[in-house]
Amino acid sequence: MRVHLHPQGRTVELSGRRPVGRLLVELGVLPGTAMVIRGDVLLLDGEMVEEDDDIEVRAVISGGAT
Amino acid sequence: MKCTRCRAKAEVHLRAHNAGFCRPCYIGFFRRHVERAIASEHMCTLDDRVLVAVSGGKDSLALWDVLVELGYRTTGLYVAQGIGGYSSRSQEKVEAFARQRDLPLRVVDLAAEGPGLTVPDVAASTRRSACSACGTLKRHVFDTAAAGEFDVLATGHNLDDEAARLLGNVLRWQVDHLARQRPVLQPTHPKFVRKVKPLYLLSEYETAVYAFMRGIDYVVEECPNSVGATQLVYKDALNRLEAASPGTKLAFVREFTRSGQAAFAAHAAEEASAPNACSRCGMPAWGEVCSFCRLVAEVESKRARRAGGPAV
Repeated sequence: MRVHLHPQGRTVELSGRRPVGRLLVELGVLPGTAMVIRGDVLLLDGEMVEEDDDIEVRAVISGGAT
Repeated sequence: MKCTRCRAKAEVHLRAHNAGFCRPCYIGFFRRHVERAIASEHMCTLDDRVLVAVSGGKDSLALWDVLVELGYRTTGLYVAQGIGGYSSRSQEKVEAFARQRDLPLRVVDLAAEGPGLTVPDVAASTRRSACSACGTLKRHVFDTAAAGEFDVLATGHNLDDEAARLLGNVLRWQVDHLARQRPVLQPTHPKFVRKVKPLYLLSEYETAVYAFMRGIDYVVEECPNSVGATQLVYKDALNRLEAASPGTKLAFVREFTRSGQAAFAAHAAEEASAPNACSRCGMPAWGEVCSFCRLVAEVESKRARRAGGPAV
């Protein structure tokens, strides 16, 4: 699978299928800090990402001065 | 997982609410939360003229979208800060959003406000950080743009912003800041308008999901000046607590607003003084000049020194 990380603008390739929740743990992404998008649909933690999927992991955290 | 409301397949799971939603039900959930926040905190009415501060990011564009959907009379305000390609791309997103929905938008370009007043220029010519300069410049533009023409200024501060700010204020026991940390700030001078944060109980994830589901094309990249910002450290710490105990951020901010904030506000009220008129621009100031004019004077002085003339 190809995983596009935004806003980092990086793509990682991983082999095998796995649930979204496990994918996020492998990527070191905390729950609730990124949306996982396949096509124009959001994926839940329990949904399976397949070997030939193209996935976007889009971080939602923004910040500046406190 | 099934939608908590209609039992269709869920597209989003909100751990803090122990609920899942399909797309239509989630959009309804989000709107109801904004409506409830506005009503319970008396933020604004449908008759108010609302100026919405928009940056091109998910929160401010989601806010503008939901306010329009709820029937509010809105005008967008974008401040072009001169932060290279990031500012240009943000401005494009805001202008496209307004154009597609036929919404009124005002753009204030800091470069046109005076020489050396873009955020990078101010940070380079003074000892201030870019974030500090940005805050001072934006507050002044918001206040002057809203004065006289609008009843309310709405900003897209979300639950994570408020929780991070609250954590920072508590860690340093910044009593004055805690006294002012509210979802509604009433004007302290006739030239100020009411400032409201209708998204203050909705998390960044929730606003991002709303923006995504509504097809809002927002700027995903981060401001280059936010790298290493303290607020991100606080957000990370809070997100780790949230992962272990969902609902922590919501309880932290909501219970502070409900139960804790009043004690700090009472303390501040005892020491509060009315603002004067700034001797340079006439806007409210707590000294002889307002913080914006103090910053402008710093920039002018630095520029004069560089040009070899006397400091202003």
